[in-house]
Amino acid sequence: MSERALNHLPEELRESALEVARTREDRIRRIQRGESFPQLSLTDRKAWLEDFHPDYRADGKRALKVGVNKDEGVPVELANLLEAWPRASVRDLVENGRIPEADFETDVLIIGAGGAGVTAAIEAAKSGLDVLITTKLRAGDSNTIMAEGGIQGADQECDSPLQHYLDVLGGGHFSNDPDLAEALCHDGPDALSWLEELGMLFDKYPTGRMKVRHGGGTSRKRLHSSGDMTGLEMMRVLWDQCRNLRNVNVMEFCPIVELLTDDDGRVVGAVMERLNHGNEMKVVKAKSVILATGGLGRLHLQSFPTSNHYGATADGLVLTYRAGLPFRDLQHNQYHPSGIAFPEQKAGLLITEKFRGLGAQLVNRFGDEFVYSLEPRDVTTAAIIRECSEFSHGATTPSGNVGVWLDIPMIDDLHGKGTIEKEFPGRYSEFYRHGIDLTKVPVLVYPTLHYQNGGVRIRVDGATGLPGLYAAGEVSGGVHGKNRLMGNALLELIVFGLRAGRAAAEFASQTGSGGQAGLSHIESYLDDLKAADVEETRTAPMLLPRYGKALAI
Amino acid sequence: MMMTPGNDQWITIHYDGEPYKVPSGRTMVSALETAGVRFVRSIGCRGGVCGACTAFYRTPEDAQLKSALMCQEEVVDGMSIMPMPFFPQNQMSYDLELPKGMTPQRQVMQLYPEVGGCIMCQECTRICPVGIDVMGYVGMIKRGDFKAAAEASFTCVQCQACAARCPARISQPNAALAARRFYGAHMVNRAEHLQKAREKVNTEDMKRGFRRLKRMDAEELKNLYQRRESEPAQSAPGTWLPEDTTLLG
Ligand SMILES: Cc1cc2nc3c(=O)[nH]c(=O)nc-3n(C[C@H](O)[C@H](O)[C@H](O)COP(=O)(O)OP(=O)(O)OC[C@H]3O[C@@H](n4cnc5c(N)ncnc54)[C@H](O)[C@@H]3O)c2cc1C
Ligand code: SF4
Ligand code: SF4
Ligand code: FES
Repeated sequence: MSERALNHLPEELRESALEVARTREDRIRRIQRGESFPQLSLTDRKAWLEDFHPDYRADGKRALKVGVNKDEGVPVELANLLEAWPRASVRDLVENGRIPEADFETDVLIIGAGGAGVTAAIEAAKSGLDVLITTKLRAGDSNTIMAEGGIQGADQECDSPLQHYLDVLGGGHFSNDPDLAEALCHDGPDALSWLEELGMLFDKYPTGRMKVRHGGGTSRKRLHSSGDMTGLEMMRVLWDQCRNLRNVNVMEFCPIVELLTDDDGRVVGAVMERLNHGNEMKVVKAKSVILATGGLGRLHLQSFPTSNHYGATADGLVLTYRAGLPFRDLQHNQYHPSGIAFPEQKAGLLITEKFRGLGAQLVNRFGDEFVYSLEPRDVTTAAIIRECSEFSHGATTPSGNVGVWLDIPMIDDLHGKGTIEKEFPGRYSEFYRHGIDLTKVPVLVYPTLHYQNGGVRIRVDGATGLPGLYAAGEVSGGVHGKNRLMGNALLELIVFGLRAGRAAAEFASQTGSGGQAGLSHIESYLDDLKAADVEETRTAPMLLPRYGKALAI
Repeated sequence: MMMTPGNDQWITIHYDGEPYKVPSGRTMVSALETAGVRFVRSIGCRGGVCGACTAFYRTPEDAQLKSALMCQEEVVDGMSIMPMPFFPQNQMSYDLELPKGMTPQRQVMQLYPEVGGCIMCQECTRICPVGIDVMGYVGMIKRGDFKAAAEASFTCVQCQACAARCPARISQPNAALAARRFYGAHMVNRAEHLQKAREKVNTEDMKRGFRRLKRMDAEELKNLYQRRESEPAQSAPGTWLPEDTTLLG
């Protein structure tokens, strides 16, 4: 390898990158002979997870003192939000004891314009009802748009929803809600076909056959993609479809900060704040509501960096928990094995698993493999942390971060020159602009906070425990159990977005507008907060994370 | 994530007309946050794909106006940045279904007739923050070569910087989006195996299969999982079949 390609690397890393190049040929030969690093047994997997995965660290979580999941342990950062006072706008409403006339009225209210929300809107709009989407930042700002790797769906001859189901359950350590997992896998082919009809560009052979690959934990090649920008392509198409619909309206920079319920406990609307107008409060009335607010990466659990978009602050969990809805599996979060560790401006951003799907191996600072590259994500993550902590076999950056190498250049050696550029146009050109040639140098990676495995409990049609309230996408829990396999989140947001959209529209067309909108559901919650001595300065939802420190001139 | 300043140097930049002292070696977003800016608009994915952080900027030595995704581009001493959180777009409403006798190419040209008026000034290609040859794909749409246009415009983050610069009033990203969707829906071959799979999903066999799996106790299910046959990575598409076909439905 030419040393020049390594110019961007500081001394500390350059030596190690050269080691990786030195062992590459040998590793490639082994692959070509059909050999691979041994997979872990279920017993070993369990042991590695318990010893090294962040979910299992006792100091990372604490028991909740209030609410329906009282005494259950959740990540500390999340517990602090679930046990917090409403924002000022909502406290004013509580103190006034009366909710003013609605500023906006609609049939179906959808909270969040990511993949799940927009999919639900498209489906709900079919009924002819009025649909209003309110979203925190710009429409499309979401985790969905960031997805790189792909979407699962059992459409090959050697595959079936049953086989997919088995993979999903195994990946989730058999903790999934079987009905939800069934729905996910069952609807897979329909979901892919729906996207194909909307004009989404999948990677295909000229005959129209989908190109599919393995992902971590899959027994069949089932991962469909659009280059390395599957989420961008999906979100662009979904949003374009949605904005062509006359009965869908969208309000941007208008996050929801509380749900409104009537005396029967039915959700009949929500309280909104307008970010561009001094957080002015507005009341929205709706016959049914779909929650699609996504995940929690921006809470930076245990100070991990994150791959998530700016608005991923667990707002939906705060809203539903206060309304008395139970959640599940929130102590299990996904730390994607390959977040960028160097260059540091990109710390936490993702290197998609697709690189490993195409053969790139994870190696330590000596260039040695230490784990089978396509173990389920949580296992791979535990393995990397183990390699870096227990054995100190990670490479260290000038500022003291550690990581292991993802040996990307070997993809071209395995599949022919040009493969990297063709399969990863987005990533390749982005790194190239920063003077890094992915066809020549490995990239230093370390786990990054990526996905909220658990969430609000739902039924197969997206219904929650509150009449009138539905949830879909990352905010919900149960589909993946304790651990999600790659490609199943994009599938989930389509499958459950469609299901929730349909069910919420049906609910809205079959019922009247419900009783007087109120906040009675949080009054008892506030009593509990007081009893638990939660400081009144701690408020939630957070809406946006806070970075940096004041140094303006 | 906050990064430790380390041996950063401090430089001065102007953002939205105001001066800020910021550490060098950072992206615009992270540098400005360090200087106390709290983004509400002009921010989204922080990963270079959503286009929300689009900005125009100039550096002292250069007459050329440039554009950047602020979450991607590093700060330079003396630069002056104007964020573009909103842009009035020319975006046509349409139905993906084609009227009888209409081709995708003609449909897109009817929606965006301005495409025909490109004067090939190259301003768009020069400004694109993700390095797309915008003029190139505009030409492809005009010629009706949608396959090429779809490929050439594929990494577009719809930031609208090119549209802001176009003297011929073309909304390049929106025309490209329509072209890609019509191409995907009407010109690319549909996946036949996908339709076969859809038929299989709603059979009695499939229902029975799910019932059987869901009735299994944990041990039985784990056994089945451990015994899964794995499709070989190198197998040609649609050729490999497992020995045990009971789960194929
Ligand atoms: C970098 C990255 C790569 C990924 N790659 C893959 C992949 O290859 N395959 C895969 O299957 N999955 C992948 N995932 C996971 C997947 O993208 C997400 O889980 C999924 O897109 C979540 O969709 P969603 O619609 O539920 O949430 P999101 O897409 O995150 O949308 C949530 C929306 O709700 C809005 N919102 C939040 N709070 C409020 C509020 N209070 N009021 C109003 N609106 C609010 C947000 O602004 C946002 O618009 C990836 C995720 C990331 C971050
Ligand atoms: S083609 Fe235009 S809209 Fe798309 S990324 Fe480039 S400048 Fe932005
Ligand atoms: S800026 Fe407009 S006129 Fe100029 S090359 Fe681009 S599309 Fe053509
Ligand atoms: S914030 Fe999305 S491109 Fe910069």
